[in-house]
Parts: sequence; C-alpha cells; structure tokens
Amino acid sequence: MDVLDIAIALIKIVVMFVVVLLTVAELVYTERKISAWIQNRVGPNRVGWLGLLQPYADVVKLLLKEDIVPAAANRFIHTLAPVISIGVAFSTLAVIPIAGPTITLFGRTVHMVIADVNVGILYVLALTSMGVYGLTLSGWASNNKYSLLGGLRSAAQMISYELSMGLSLIGVIMITGSLQLTDIVHHQHGWMWNLVLQPVGFITFLVASFAETNRAPFDLPEAEPELVGGYHTEYSSFKFALFFLAEYANMITSSAVITTLYLGGWQVPYLETFGLSDGWMVLVQILAFMLKVAFLLFFFQWVRWSVPRFRYDQLMNLGWKVMLPLAIANIVLTGALLLFL
Amino acid sequence: MATVDKKYTLTFWEKIYIPELVKGMKLTLEQMLRKKDTRQYPEERWTPPPSFRGAPVLVLEENGVERCVACGLCSRVCPALAIDVQAAETADEKERYPARFEINMLRCIFCGFCEEVCPEEAIVMSNRYELAFTEYADAIFDKDALLTPVAELRPRLEYLRAHR
Repeated sequence: MDVLDIAIALIKIVVMFVVVLLTVAELVYTERKISAWIQNRVGPNRVGWLGLLQPYADVVKLLLKEDIVPAAANRFIHTLAPVISIGVAFSTLAVIPIAGPTITLFGRTVHMVIADVNVGILYVLALTSMGVYGLTLSGWASNNKYSLLGGLRSAAQMISYELSMGLSLIGVIMITGSLQLTDIVHHQHGWMWNLVLQPVGFITFLVASFAETNRAPFDLPEAEPELVGGYHTEYSSFKFALFFLAEYANMITSSAVITTLYLGGWQVPYLETFGLSDGWMVLVQILAFMLKVAFLLFFFQWVRWSVPRFRYDQLMNLGWKVMLPLAIANIVLTGALLLFL
Repeated sequence: MATVDKKYTLTFWEKIYIPELVKGMKLTLEQMLRKKDTRQYPEERWTPPPSFRGAPVLVLEENGVERCVACGLCSRVCPALAIDVQAAETADEKERYPARFEINMLRCIFCGFCEEVCPEEAIVMSNRYELAFTEYADAIFDKDALLTPVAELRPRLEYLRAHR
C-alpha cells in the first residue's frame, strides 16, 4: 500500500460519489416525471432541456431557505442525524462490484470495486441497520411529537424487516458459499442469476428493501397525512436536503445491492463469446450494471405511485406473519435442495 | 388499532396480494404511456368556441363607429353593477352614443345579461379570457379597451343569431 494505491482508491471513491450524487439529482427529476405520467400530467419541463435542470433549481431553493433549529431541540443531535443518514447511505456502495475483469492503470491492477471486503454482505446489513439511527435520532432530537412518532415507527419497521432481509439473504449465501460480494456475482454466471435460483428469497428481499429505504408503500415514518412530515418535520434548508438526498441515495444503494445479489450484478449472459478485450468488457459490464440498477430505480418509483401506504398494524402483520415465515421456509427449502440434489 | 367493517371477504388469490399488486402496477403503467391532455399554456393558447362567455366588449362597425346607442339597459341589468355608461348626442343617424363606457372587470361575473338585453347587438361576450391584473386601474376597461372590430366578433354574433 503506497501513495499510488491510495490515490487510485481515492479516485474510485470520488468517481462513485460524483456518479451517485448526479444520479440522485436526476432521480428527483424522474420521480417527479414518473408521478406526473402516472397521474396523466406532463411533469417538470421548463428548467433546462426537458426540465432536466429542475432538481438543481430545487437544491438552490432549499439552500436559500432559513435553517431553523427548534428552541427545545437537542442542537447537536439534531445536526448529527442527517449526517448519519447520508453517511450510511453512501458508505454501503463501497463494497458493490461494478465490473468483473481488472484493468491496468499506472502499472497497477485496478479492481472494479472500492473495497472487496470478504464479509461484504454483513457489511451491507450492518450499515443498513445503522441507517435507522439517522431517522430515530432526528425524530427524538426535534422534540416534536410527530417527529418522535415518525422516528419510532422507522425504528420498529427497520428492526422488523431487517430480520426477513437477513434471512432471505441466507439462501443466496448457502448457494454461493461465500459472504464476499464479488464471489456472489461470479457465481451468477450466464443466466444462473439468483433471481432464477431464489425467486421467493428475491421477493422477500425486495419487499424488505422497500421497507428499509422507507419508500412507499412502507413510508410510514414520513406518512404526511398523519404525522405532518414525520421525522423531518422540524428540518429545513440544507439538513432537509440531506434527508432528501439520503432517501434517494438509499434507493440507489438498495438497487445496487439487489442487482448484485439477485440480478447477476455486472454479469451479461454470453458476453465472453464475443471475444472483447478486458477494457471493453469492463465498459459493457458497467453499463449492464447501471441499466439493471436504473430498472430497479424505475421500479421503486413505479411502485411508489401505484401502491397505497400500509396501515401500521398491516405493516407489522406482513413483516412478522408473512415475510419472516416465508424467508425461513426459503432457507429450509434451499437447504433441502442443496442437500439432496 | 383501527377496525375495518368487512363488507366482503377476500378470495384466496386476493389474499396472496401479489397478483392484485401486479394488476395495479399494470394499470399505472398503462396510464403512464397514455397521451397527455396538458396544454403548454403560454405557448399553446386555447381558442374558445363561440358559445364561450369571455370578457364583454363593444362592437365596432367597419366604418369606425360603435354600435352602442347608450340606452343604458346593460348597465341597468348588470347584477354586479359593473357597467357605467354616459350618453351624449351625435350627428350620426343613431343620434346617441356613449361618451363614456366603462366595465369594471373586477366586478363582472360573465353572466351575459348585458349581451342578452342589448337591442343593438352592440355589447357581446368575446372569447377573451386572460383577465389577470396587477393594478386596480388596469381592471377597469374604458371605451378604448372595449371597442373590438366586428370581424373579430363575427362567430359570436352568428352564434347569438342562431340560438337566441
């Protein structure tokens, strides 16, 4: 590990950051567009070409607003909470591999992943559970009953769905025999995606991901009809923007994780039969990865504008009485199949 | 917890939830691909049909004289008291003309009574609908603002002949 290695790692981190931030900005745009289309409207089309600069106008608007901290709030934690949210949302992306082959840069082999951790899945699970602190602390620190209710809901929801999320992953781990994300992707060669091998696990993991990212139909922590704005009621200006950013960054993270675990990551079936050089392979695979993630992001938004929000008791019933047994049944089934086939 | 008054029990397939979810998603997808009816307003403007009751205007004949004889019936019938007419004499065949004719567009309720009562077809409802003002004074239309060439009002006049 010398200066060059560190420099390469830093470049990877910066590139990842920039790409994710730009994607977040355009996600805000696509969210507004998709909601508009579903409701037979046109959506933003004035700022920039086709309205593509709309999110930047939104951000400038948010930054120009007054930053209000309630008098009774805990100032330190009130400021810390959005930082936790955004930090957690971004750090998960460090272990996601975006292409298979290595490329040579300055005489070094560069892997197409920021950190190839051998307990990748555990790292992802650990960080997504950290995300709940951002929401719960923001709810508590605001010293507002609606915020607190939103924060508590998010805590209960995350803990309930974290379980089925982890359990649905076990099927994938059993098939692969490794916790390393690069191994998991390599194992899904050709059409042997985990989506095909683990359809039940895929559905439970997908649903749990929706709950983890607090997206509709599981957006109870910010259920605006009952909780004003939920955990971010008392936030304004840049801190609110950070929560906003964190929600979309979380969407990107979960889409990337779902792609890696179930949709074959960067795998493109029959790509090696074309005899491309490593450089082109990397390019095509990154593109394939981004396309899969983009489809999932569209799916997230499509669901949001189609499915109504769950009631709190329905949420808990689904989490504990349906998702958990399904995930456990999936483990048993996978184990039996692996043992007897 | 909230209780639900169950009027109907779900079938097995509805309880599975996912098929119903897929149905809903299909519906929204169809809506997403449908043609939008939105009109991009400042660029694309709407031309109302002749039956539209927009701002009332005074008809200006081709010879440059208004039809109005300042009888004051419109002012009398106006339920919102928006019209103010002051008559004067003229050497023309019609002998009377409005020296002052003002419609306060903040009071006008677009009922069309003035048009209905007018014996000369001199005041008609035009198809003007962009009636937003930043100054109070701008909202009071005087004769200059109201006089509209008869050619522009032809569709409305024909509509009135056909349906009166």
